[in-house]
Amino acid sequence: MSSSKKIRVLVAKPGLDGHDRGAKIVARALRDAGMEVIYTGLRQTPEMIVRAALDEGVHCIGLSILSGAHNALFPRVMELLKEEGIDDVLVVGGGIIPEDDIPELKKAGIAAIFGPGTPLDEIIEYIKANVKL
Amino acid sequence: MKDSSKLRGLVNKWEDEAVATTVKRFPEREKKFETISGLPVNRLYTPLDLEELDYEKDLGFPGQYPFTRGVQPTGYRGRFWTMRQYSGFATARETNERFHFLLEQGQTGLSIAFDLPTQIGYDSDDVLAQGEVGKVGVAIDSLSDMEVLFEGIPLDKVSTSMTINAPASVLLAMYIAVAVKQGVSMDRLRGTIQNDILKEYVARGTYIFPPKPSMRLITDIFKFCSEKMPLWNTISISGYHIREAGSTAVQEVAFTLADGIAYVQAAIDAGLDVDDFASRLSFFFGSHSDFLEEICKFRAARRLWARIMRERFKAKNDDSCRMRFHTQTAGCTLTAQQPDNNVVRVTLQALQAVLGGTQSLHTNSRDEALSLPTEQSVQIALRTQQIIAHESGVGDTIDPLAGSYYIEALTNKIEESAVAYIEKIDAMGGAPTSIENGFIQREISEAAYQFQKSVDESRRVVVGVNKFTVEEESKFDYLRVNPKAEKEQVKELKKVRLARDEEKVKKTLDHLHTVAKSDENLMPPIIDAVKVYATLGEICGILRDVFGEYKAPDIL
Repeated sequence: MSSSKKIRVLVAKPGLDGHDRGAKIVARALRDAGMEVIYTGLRQTPEMIVRAALDEGVHCIGLSILSGAHNALFPRVMELLKEEGIDDVLVVGGGIIPEDDIPELKKAGIAAIFGPGTPLDEIIEYIKANVKL
Repeated sequence: MKDSSKLRGLVNKWEDEAVATTVKRFPEREKKFETISGLPVNRLYTPLDLEELDYEKDLGFPGQYPFTRGVQPTGYRGRFWTMRQYSGFATARETNERFHFLLEQGQTGLSIAFDLPTQIGYDSDDVLAQGEVGKVGVAIDSLSDMEVLFEGIPLDKVSTSMTINAPASVLLAMYIAVAVKQGVSMDRLRGTIQNDILKEYVARGTYIFPPKPSMRLITDIFKFCSEKMPLWNTISISGYHIREAGSTAVQEVAFTLADGIAYVQAAIDAGLDVDDFASRLSFFFGSHSDFLEEICKFRAARRLWARIMRERFKAKNDDSCRMRFHTQTAGCTLTAQQPDNNVVRVTLQALQAVLGGTQSLHTNSRDEALSLPTEQSVQIALRTQQIIAHESGVGDTIDPLAGSYYIEALTNKIEESAVAYIEKIDAMGGAPTSIENGFIQREISEAAYQFQKSVDESRRVVVGVNKFTVEEESKFDYLRVNPKAEKEQVKELKKVRLARDEEKVKKTLDHLHTVAKSDENLMPPIIDAVKVYATLGEICGILRDVFGEYKAPDIL
């Protein structure tokens, strides 16, 4: 990883969920950690998220859902990324995600899930260590 | 005066001698103590802190202006607060079963959680509803679902709170239609619709239409209910979500009351007399984790609202100044780590709400940082309220903490600080403008970020998260929403569409379109439409066509 290149991250809220406290806090923390952050705002379809990721040329996508729609929407984002031939973007997720759902999400390609109570530093370090620049 | 200078001398002497000696040997835990909202907390409060307090003017009597000591002349000695657990998931059938369970367990009112497609005005078969149907609440597409939801529940016997905002008119119309089918006329219905769009723009996110037509929908409801539904709470002006989004206690009071001011002004501008509708306004607050600050917050909010109504809006009727509110314990304080600890948090928060004089209460379940709550967790949460009511004795005398030097000083401080915020918002042109320019959103985000940093840096302890942690092996048995709910709901919706009279649906929707373009009241045509089983999505679709949709600025 070259130290001169800035990590670009898209923080996205898929689905209809309006809980954005976590997404906004993470977005701000990543920015404070020196990354370039684009926040999508609420009510993004998987298509909109993948389009934004392409347009912005991001290295990482952070998805946040607290409504329980993660099993439908997270894998859909991964599918669309694959269709676009993108396999080098690190995708992580957060929100209210039951433990039992995590293995399936990982199988779909979500690299890590950060639940409630995760320290911001842990997310920052994870992205720094795993992102491909 | 002579007395106070003597007391001041004694306090100084105590500080200089007793305290100084002790602090030298045993330093205090912090250099500076603050509430969770950042208000200063002194070592000691004495009568010196209340020299300005005028009992009659500032506290008064329970049930009387300015309602600092509560809105009921007998407090909880007549009747306890309404125990109202917010619930709803999957289909109307499953939620109806949960309602019956809660009523059998001694719950005294219903509170409906709707799923996100319902809250945002989409039918369950809409492409945008995929994955969300029945997840955070029950899916309601048409009157048919509403009929199932209230099967076996007599609507003249329960009061029902509905957490519905942008499409509040539609759900209220469905409720009226179900009641009529049960033989209950709408003037006998008791309950609340949340109907508070302004906080959706800043904190909760289930808006549909732009502010102007949204405010019209709201004032149409005020007008309709002031004539036809005298027992119905037409709005629940909500600070809860503002607090959950990260605000401080002072901001919660200030932003909520600023929203309240905007609604009252809009109704007056629409030609209503303040005393015709203001007594049906209700409020909703969170109960966070700073025990004493929260009690003061409730008391301060009540007093400030009374003063605003009388002084600013010239309300003549004291009922117009009476702030009644629902409280929910703070979801954002629940931890996914060691979830049983949440039972203790919820107990304290529930007790605060009761000591603050709430009219109704939802206690969160221990597992809500993990999923929707199980029946067993909900039962513990409800039992928590019942223990406070029936065993603790705190409801036997009214406003028992009044007169405490700290409680009254902090109540004053919160009121003063909220007034300063409201003045700032007024100077910008009111709540709608300060939402449009992002002021309120930025204030909340900033407070949320600072709070998270204080936890991450361990300046603030969250038990089980950044201190007293354990290696957790136990798997919590959480609720899994029936994965087939979405399919079943879509199937039901198809049946409804096939069975109804399309001609009538088209006619009522066309009429709705015409009324939406005029300035006539929207409630009657919406009631007509739901009665012939027009769906929520169809009705909101018409309104979307006429009103357009709101696009939020993305403010970090």
